[in-house]
Amino acid sequence: MIESIIESMNNGARYIIPLLIVGIPLYAMAIKQVKVYEVFVEGAKDGFTIAIRIIPYLVAILVALGMFRASGALDILLNFLSPALNFVGFPPENLPLALMRPLSGSGSLGLLTDLINEHGSDSLYAKIGATMFGSSETTFYVLAVYFGSVGVVRSRHAIPAGLIGDLVGAIAAVFFCKLLLT
Amino acid sequence: MLNYIWLGMMVISLIAGIFTGRIDEVTDAAINMSKTAVEISIGLIGIMALWLGIMKIAEKSGLISIIAKVVKPITVRLFPDVPPDHPAMGSIVLNMSANILGLGNAATPLGLKAMEQLQELNEQKDTATNSMVMFLAINTSSVQLIIPAAVVALMGATASQIFLTTILATLCSTIAAVIAVKFFEKMKRFSVENAS
Repeated sequence: MIESIIESMNNGARYIIPLLIVGIPLYAMAIKQVKVYEVFVEGAKDGFTIAIRIIPYLVAILVALGMFRASGALDILLNFLSPALNFVGFPPENLPLALMRPLSGSGSLGLLTDLINEHGSDSLYAKIGATMFGSSETTFYVLAVYFGSVGVVRSRHAIPAGLIGDLVGAIAAVFFCKLLLT
Repeated sequence: MLNYIWLGMMVISLIAGIFTGRIDEVTDAAINMSKTAVEISIGLIGIMALWLGIMKIAEKSGLISIIAKVVKPITVRLFPDVPPDHPAMGSIVLNMSANILGLGNAATPLGLKAMEQLQELNEQKDTATNSMVMFLAINTSSVQLIIPAAVVALMGATASQIFLTTILATLCSTIAAVIAVKFFEKMKRFSVENAS
């Protein structure tokens, strides 16, 4: 039952983008007499400037994150945190992914792949990992891109609030997987 | 805050790299990631142009203001500093809808458009407004109904089992992030005057 609902949702999602790309101009032209081609080109011009504007911010954030990952600092942090988290029922197997998720999209996908290869996609670790991956975003990347695109450098409470969301999401992933899938 | 985090991460990386003997990897990472950052940005140009073009049509035809009106009861509470009929509201809602439907490709251009419109309302251009932080927090905590394609590819049939847990976890993280934003924005150390 749930399987078929999910399958049809994921199936339906395939149609959304083409329907939007065609449907919006169609509505605009047919109902509102908008000059769709001219307006499209006018809007599309901004794509270049915005994409170029985020480069320096993205370089800054990704370089720092890349160095952090490559240096092994994350592993040292894991060794410190594992015993304490194990004590409160957070599986140490899922800790690297929980820490990596806000930092790097490709890094956390790699860790999820490892989890699935090592424990099998039917294992609780894999399910917790996949839940974590699907329920959260790469916080630092989103911050660099979104704030960078408008030149905001003083982020105020964005980082603490985002990380609290990530933390609660990771704990919730463990909680709900243990509750519903075991 | 970003100043400390950015420098802190690099200093820790340097020390950890020396300590673990992975200093060459640290060097490579720095150089490669700077290239990656540019590749990601350049790669965004086409997709940005496509969605911003479609967005402009949606805006001109009045579709965006229709959508903004429908969800007004929620958005005015989340973004009290933004006038309810401001175009930013429309972009914010479209960005959230794209995220909920798992349309990552469309969500980013729509989100950046929303940021641009929020920036028009910002008096101190280098500092984030309450609405910007709220918008970012909702985005990073990722409200998503469709399981990411990468997860489906990795998990196979098991992916359907994590559908419910993913929705519940993402709901918790989004609610926590929204509460955290509302709580922090009143604190003096995060005020616009003391911004860092």
